[in-house]
Amino acid sequence: MAKHHISFNLNGKPVEALVEPRELLVHTIRENIQLTGTHIGCETSHCGVCTVDLNGKSVKSCTVLAVQADGGDVLTVEGLATAEGLHAVQQAFVEEHGLQCGFCTPAMLVRAYRFLQDNPDPSEDEIRWGMSGNLCRCTGYQNIIKAVQSAAKKLQQA
Amino acid sequence: MITSQFQYHKASSIEDAIQKLQNEEDAKLLAGGHSLLPMMKLRFAEPPYLIDINDIPELQGIDLQGDTIRIGAMTTENELIASEILQQHCPLLVEAAKLVADPQVRNRGTIGGDIVHGDPGNDHPAVMLALDANFIIQGPDGKREQPANGFFLGTYWNEIAEDEILVAIEVKAQKDNQGFGYHKLKRKTGDYAVAGSPVMLTLDGDKCSDIRIGLTNVAPMAIRATEAENLLKGQEIDSALIEKAAEQVIAACEPAEDLRGSSEYKSHMAAEMVRRSIQDALQRARS
Ligand SMILES: Cc1cc2nc3c(=O)[nH]c(=O)nc-3n(C[C@H](O)[C@H](O)[C@H](O)COP(=O)(O)OP(=O)(O)OC[C@H]3O[C@@H](n4cnc5c(N)ncnc54)[C@H](O)[C@@H]3O)c2cc1C
Ligand code: FES
Ligand code: FES
Repeated sequence: MAKHHISFNLNGKPVEALVEPRELLVHTIRENIQLTGTHIGCETSHCGVCTVDLNGKSVKSCTVLAVQADGGDVLTVEGLATAEGLHAVQQAFVEEHGLQCGFCTPAMLVRAYRFLQDNPDPSEDEIRWGMSGNLCRCTGYQNIIKAVQSAAKKLQQA
Repeated sequence: MITSQFQYHKASSIEDAIQKLQNEEDAKLLAGGHSLLPMMKLRFAEPPYLIDINDIPELQGIDLQGDTIRIGAMTTENELIASEILQQHCPLLVEAAKLVADPQVRNRGTIGGDIVHGDPGNDHPAVMLALDANFIIQGPDGKREQPANGFFLGTYWNEIAEDEILVAIEVKAQKDNQGFGYHKLKRKTGDYAVAGSPVMLTLDGDKCSDIRIGLTNVAPMAIRATEAENLLKGQEIDSALIEKAAEQVIAACEPAEDLRGSSEYKSHMAAEMVRRSIQDALQRARS
């Protein structure tokens, strides 16, 4: 099968890859580019742990072909922190104990980041609805909601 | 989990996509990919050729002309939800889209893919029946119009040929004497319906002059509860009449028993969704 040469921005830096059409974006990110913050859980579009930002929208990278990211902008958890330190969303998850085993956390962070860009001052109900594509098997979600609320406050003050 | 091998082509126009559908054996259109790619990963589908229709401008956008709303087939669920035209003139579609899947899926999944895919659990087909929508379909010989009524023939079986593309959906703007209801029972956020019912009701004074009741996931494909509709049409609707209609709904259902429940349970839940949707629709049409 003819491979496709693709290039896209990953966390602000240009990357290139040679991919089969059937290669999923999550595989390109983890195995080809070797950024393993983005996880694979169900691989059947249900759990959301593979969530990344593609052209400013949260998507499940196990259900997008790598060729479809060609020319696009991708953000993963590795792109959140800066030289100055953790992103407000990450800091809030630390402070509010928004994680236990941590498996779902990278996707929770990337999703929370995008959600708060779209809705900077959400109600609790809106947070629950906005985060509903991400499953967590440990926390019971309570502290994740608190972390998103706290991050929203921090980002508004910033 | 990985799909079988396939060739990938990004279509530049509807004509280009149709040509590839004709020339490439067993080629399939790739819209949002949120039904097709999971099926391909599980090897329930192994198309050797995918035609990506995400970059075709004529398949995008929502506009209002006169009292007709045209929705491009590649409009995503989240675009439906955000559309001011739909919020104002077709709120049923907005409420239905809000209950499809989850935020990430709604960023990719399209109304066209949801209509054509053919899973009885898809929510838009019954909504299309309730809205009396019209589909604009294009094939090698040009465009044709196809009413939603009569489009859904069975599971993975619709009134569309293999070399045709659903281009757009047309619905009428809701009038002042109309009201909608939408209820969908699901086990958890993001799940397909146990049963769902979109209802569109028109009042003439106190009487119901027209009503369309769609049903999701209680038959091999989306259906209308025609007997129940006939019972309500021309009448002043009260709770006794709604009860009678609910009995007709149960009789119309033939759901498959699965993890979401027994056939009997699902039929009764469908009736309950209809009761609630009719009540909401009545209230909205009156106010
Ligand atoms: C976790 C999860 C939960 C979900 N929950 C729900 C739910 O609650 N309700 C619901 O309704 N759906 C649900 N879905 C399905 C989802 O809405 C899909 O996006 C939708 O069914 C298909 O749309 P698509 O754009 O992704 O199409 P694709 O998956 O790209 O295509 C589906 C089929 O339609 C064909 N097709 C697509 N567009 C056209 C066109 N314009 N003309 C002709 N043929 C076309 C394709 O060739 C393919 O055969 C869920 C999916 C997931 C992964
Ligand atoms: S790995 Fe579970 S949704 Fe992608
Ligand atoms: S912290 Fe373990 S799955 Fe969420």
